Amino acid sequence: MTSQTAHAEPSDATDTDTDTAAIAVDVDRVSKIFRGETEVRALDDVSVGIRKNEFFTLLGPSGCGKTTLLRLIAGFEPPTMGAIRLGTRDISRLPPNQRPINTVFQNYALFPHMSVAQNIAFGLEMLGKPKAEVQRTVDEMLHLVRMEELKNRRTSEISGGQQQRVALARALAPHPEVLLLDEPLSALDLKLRKDMQIELKRLQHETGITFIFVTHDQEEALTMSDRVAVMSAGKILQVGRPRDVYERPAERFVANFIGESNFLDATLSGGTVELAAGGRFEVRVPEGVRDGAVSVLVRPEHATVHSGEPGEGEIAATAENVVYSGEATVVHLRLATGEAIKIRLANAPQGGEAPPRTGGAAAIRIAPGAVTVLRD
Amino acid sequence: MVETARPTPTETVAPAMTVPRREPRGYSVRTLPGFAAMAIFTFVGLYAPILILVTYSFNAGSSLAIWEGFSLRWYYQAAANEAVQDAAIRSLYLAFCAASIATVAATMAALATTRTRRFPGKTMIYSLINQPLMIPEIVTAVALLIVFAAIKVWTGHTSMIYLIAAHTAFCVPFAYLPIRARLETMDTTLETAAQDLYASRWLTFRRVTLPLMWPGIVAGLMLAFVISLDDVVITEFVKSAGQETIPTYMLGQLRRVVTPEVNAISTVILMAGVILVALFFRLTSRRR
Ligand SMILES: Nc1ncnc2c1ncn2[C@@H]1O[C@H](COP(=O)(O)OP(=O)(O)O)[C@@H](O)[C@H]1O
Ligand SMILES: [Mg+2]
Repeated sequence: MTSQTAHAEPSDATDTDTDTAAIAVDVDRVSKIFRGETEVRALDDVSVGIRKNEFFTLLGPSGCGKTTLLRLIAGFEPPTMGAIRLGTRDISRLPPNQRPINTVFQNYALFPHMSVAQNIAFGLEMLGKPKAEVQRTVDEMLHLVRMEELKNRRTSEISGGQQQRVALARALAPHPEVLLLDEPLSALDLKLRKDMQIELKRLQHETGITFIFVTHDQEEALTMSDRVAVMSAGKILQVGRPRDVYERPAERFVANFIGESNFLDATLSGGTVELAAGGRFEVRVPEGVRDGAVSVLVRPEHATVHSGEPGEGEIAATAENVVYSGEATVVHLRLATGEAIKIRLANAPQGGEAPPRTGGAAAIRIAPGAVTVLRD
Repeated sequence: MVETARPTPTETVAPAMTVPRREPRGYSVRTLPGFAAMAIFTFVGLYAPILILVTYSFNAGSSLAIWEGFSLRWYYQAAANEAVQDAAIRSLYLAFCAASIATVAATMAALATTRTRRFPGKTMIYSLINQPLMIPEIVTAVALLIVFAAIKVWTGHTSMIYLIAAHTAFCVPFAYLPIRARLETMDTTLETAAQDLYASRWLTFRRVTLPLMWPGIVAGLMLAFVISLDDVVITEFVKSAGQETIPTYMLGQLRRVVTPEVNAISTVILMAGVILVALFFRLTSRRR
């Protein structure tokens, strides 16, 4: 993956960069309202620019509108408001068969009356490609997903993981500009899922196609993506590189959804926060946050704790529970303000500094830059 | 797309009917008093007459009550009978035309009622399509008689068209039901996937929907064919002079001398029906 944009330093935790030259799919103020017995606003004024050759992930809980956004991009549904552009071309009203975009469906949707090879050939045949070219591309695709041996099998005669690969090959064969993947790995067991994560990254790298990937699994999103959009209730809350959304979430929802979090009360004044429990930290202030009472985030692994009285720049606490879990020890503490905080200590070989004991006095040291001000 | 839990499109969910129903322990209809007697009575009542009919079709004599030895004489006689030949050809022709037209109409109706969003009046349309199942046949027969008689007088035209139209009408629901059942078990995501892969609406239908619904169409066609072949009441009321079908010919014969020839014809029709219905069940229950 050599996209320069994906490695560019974002100007802010919330990525608002829309450099049109590099944009593959431009979702511009799109809303989708389903009118039935009740009105469902599945997407609410969503804007996002997905860059060329990017592995872009839509992450959010079930029902937040991920599938709906994919279906709008694929053309299975028209947007109620707003526009979807491919590069600079408005494709909002184009039917799906005229969009150079293919989908890997959540249930694979392989044609049961066709063989593996016929499934892969389908898109190419519909595009009217000459027989020889179809044949060659199908062979290439079979090779790409390592399914050469099974090309004449019926799709009901292969395993779930193999069906998954056929679905991928079928969607990649017409060489679309954009590939949409709707929770493609959710049906696979853990081992197969890990393999397919690597496989997908490889395919994206080898084909250079823009991938828009949907998942509700934060770990999957963080490990696979160039950029992640975190969604909730029909809105995109934050877009950024995995590291940015993890380390500098803009909102409490994002922080909570991705990784483990401690939320602490603090007072902000001019680029510095003072925790209610004590300690001053330099912070970057997100747009729209004013001086005064704020909520801040500290990740459990971004602080350390030791037993005894607090020294300079440390915060006094009481250890309430100490849980050993192999590579780490998680210490649950109570601060003087009554706030709870948990800290994850990487375990050193035995004989090193011992973590505090349950019920003992402890001192917390928060790493510089580990305090993030949240927008709400 | 509303997400559904797992089942992949390639594995058909077993129909609920095959799930064994659990009765509370100690209770079984089989132990109810009189159950066995009732069952035997029903089977005897249903099948004994048919068995007798088939047996006497092979009677060497011309009686329907006295067995005089085995012979295929009545089969030869029926086959050589020009009136039977004529009626048989007409029956097959009529069943073929009516079943084909009805199946095309039923296919379109099934597509319209399963492959569209919910629209007002959809339930109404279901009942309209199935109307011939609800209205007593004799009512339809009389109604058709009145209308067709008027048209015949007015136009002077008395071809098979009336019979074909009438048979088509009552065949539609029989063709419709298996086709719709088939479509309802088909995953609509497959059609979405075809469109996603650059297929036009027509090619989506031609390459995905049609091949997958094909067993339902064939089943519907066969069921409609059997129903048409078997019809007496409407045919009797609608036919013009000389337009005998096998069932109306037999009805006419029964009013005169009854010979085992009728048994022989019945046996042939029975065999044809059994074969078609068996094929129908094979097609509709086959797993994909
Ligand atoms: N065809 C539809 N008709 C009505 N409501 C729908 C339809 N499709 C999705 N929705 C609703 O829109 C919301 C978002 O759904 P979806 O995009 O499938 O969420 P996700 O993929 O993130 O789980 C849900 O509340 C869902 O019930
Ligand atoms: Mg979804």
